[in-house]
Amino acid sequence: MFIKQLSVFIENRQGRLEEVTEALVQENVNILSLSMADTTEYGMLRMIVSNPETAKDALRDKGFSAMLTDVIAVKLQDKVGELHKMTHILCSQGLNIEYMYALASANRVAMIVKASDGEAAAKATMDGGLELYSYEDMCE
Amino acid sequence: MIWNETKECMSRDEMTNLQSARLRKLVDRVYHSVEYYRKKMQALGLEPGDIKGIEDLDKLPFTTKDDLRDTYPFGLFAVPNSQITRIHASSGTTGKATVVGYTRRDIETWSECVARCITMAGLGQNDIIQIAYGYGLFTGGLGAHYGAEKLGATVVPMSTGNTKKLINMMIDFGVTGIMCTPSYLLHIAETINEMGVRDKIKLKASINGAEPWTEKMRSQIENMLGIHAHDIYGLSEIMGPGVATDCQFHTGLHIHEDHFLPEIVDQKTLKPLRDGMTGELVISTLTKEGIPLIRYRTKDLTSITHKPCQCGRTTARIARFTGRTDDMLIIRGVNVFPSQIESALLEMGGTTPHYLLIVDRVNNLDTLEVRVEVEERFFSDEIRELENLTNKITEVIKQAIGLAVKVKLVEPKSIERSMGKSQHVIDNRKYN
Repeated sequence: MFIKQLSVFIENRQGRLEEVTEALVQENVNILSLSMADTTEYGMLRMIVSNPETAKDALRDKGFSAMLTDVIAVKLQDKVGELHKMTHILCSQGLNIEYMYALASANRVAMIVKASDGEAAAKATMDGGLELYSYEDMCE
Repeated sequence: MIWNETKECMSRDEMTNLQSARLRKLVDRVYHSVEYYRKKMQALGLEPGDIKGIEDLDKLPFTTKDDLRDTYPFGLFAVPNSQITRIHASSGTTGKATVVGYTRRDIETWSECVARCITMAGLGQNDIIQIAYGYGLFTGGLGAHYGAEKLGATVVPMSTGNTKKLINMMIDFGVTGIMCTPSYLLHIAETINEMGVRDKIKLKASINGAEPWTEKMRSQIENMLGIHAHDIYGLSEIMGPGVATDCQFHTGLHIHEDHFLPEIVDQKTLKPLRDGMTGELVISTLTKEGIPLIRYRTKDLTSITHKPCQCGRTTARIARFTGRTDDMLIIRGVNVFPSQIESALLEMGGTTPHYLLIVDRVNNLDTLEVRVEVEERFFSDEIRELENLTNKITEVIKQAIGLAVKVKLVEPKSIERSMGKSQHVIDNRKYN
């Protein structure tokens, strides 16, 4: 039901993002999707990667604050109204979206969603006729 | 002008006799009315009669901020609370405030001392003086206020905060004197220039203190405003502002020796040092009733001279301070110990995160940035949670030190460790 998102705290200073990508390359980790939220002082890098545990450990070894978070990956078709279908389902269940970003990698097209209540969001989207990618889907 | 010629210009012999007489009374008083002092003296086998004059001063034990903390809040008071008319407090090293109490006569003495200081700056009863120190538990505002009233000047109790309003009143009222921190006065001067109202200002002199400053800052203030700037020294434990000030010759700060008996001691051996040698300033409050202090270690480093001054005063002069013996920071006039921030961070739960204090001066106002490492236990994938964390840290620190700080979250292990222990303070302000 859930997939693992890798979240990394990055200070706004030169070269930090490059150190993250370098660590991932060394561990042969593939990045399927990412989003970068920025504030004036720091950034929050959120990624869906091929092997999140390895990636997390590698980043922690390099001194980064990194953690794994449960998110859902809602499979969407490339056509008008697909995103609305998802937001409508969540909205009608009274669920908030904390953040979301798109994933388009190989033949996978999805919206990565962190909702106020992950379990409820997963259930609601599936009940509403949408499919979720599994953790294994992402590791392939 | 000299406010009190009898006291400020007496011969060295007369002063020594007066100090000795007052010291004998002081020792007698604390021995009989403050248990803490009596025990300290008894532990050394001392009786009041052993102190015959100031030559016996070094037989007496020192008093420190720790003593005030150990006896919090009123343990060192020498009179019943019914005789205390005012309380002031300043921040202590570990969160507990240092509390001082004043009798009616103490307030009188304090006002007298501040009046002497303002007179040294060339101001008198015909002047209009703005007090732009904070009013409240901090001694700056009320101390300066009472002294200026005692002098007979017209007092404008501005407090701090609204600089443009202060300047507008300065113009409208024809203010001739101001008392505030030197960095705040520089900020005021810059704002006056920005507003383009320099020619409408009637200011003649300023009396600045509550934080360290330099000769360079003095000439900057004097040039920008066309005034004479004077340095005022004080600390709440001893009384508040008004312990010493420099006269028009600016050759050290005249200490009001008839009330405050100064010594300079070696900061390691604690042995008294000769005139001209730099060490820690130690003060005995000769006349204080509420909370008399014997040989109080100020932690401020300076030297002293007993030579008479060209101004006619014979009181001893202390040199500009060269630093402190502890890690206390003075930020916008407020005393801040890194340990206070450390214990505030401890409230975040568990162990203290690694932190770094960065003190700076931006547009002549002190800033304090607190960098805190985002450890795993604080970390969240949601920005909102991190912002909550920042706000919470800001709040606990504000509660602890009474100052708004800027909290910046940084990556784990990004704060340099030296010898296994973090270096906690970087002070970018330039004093020399």
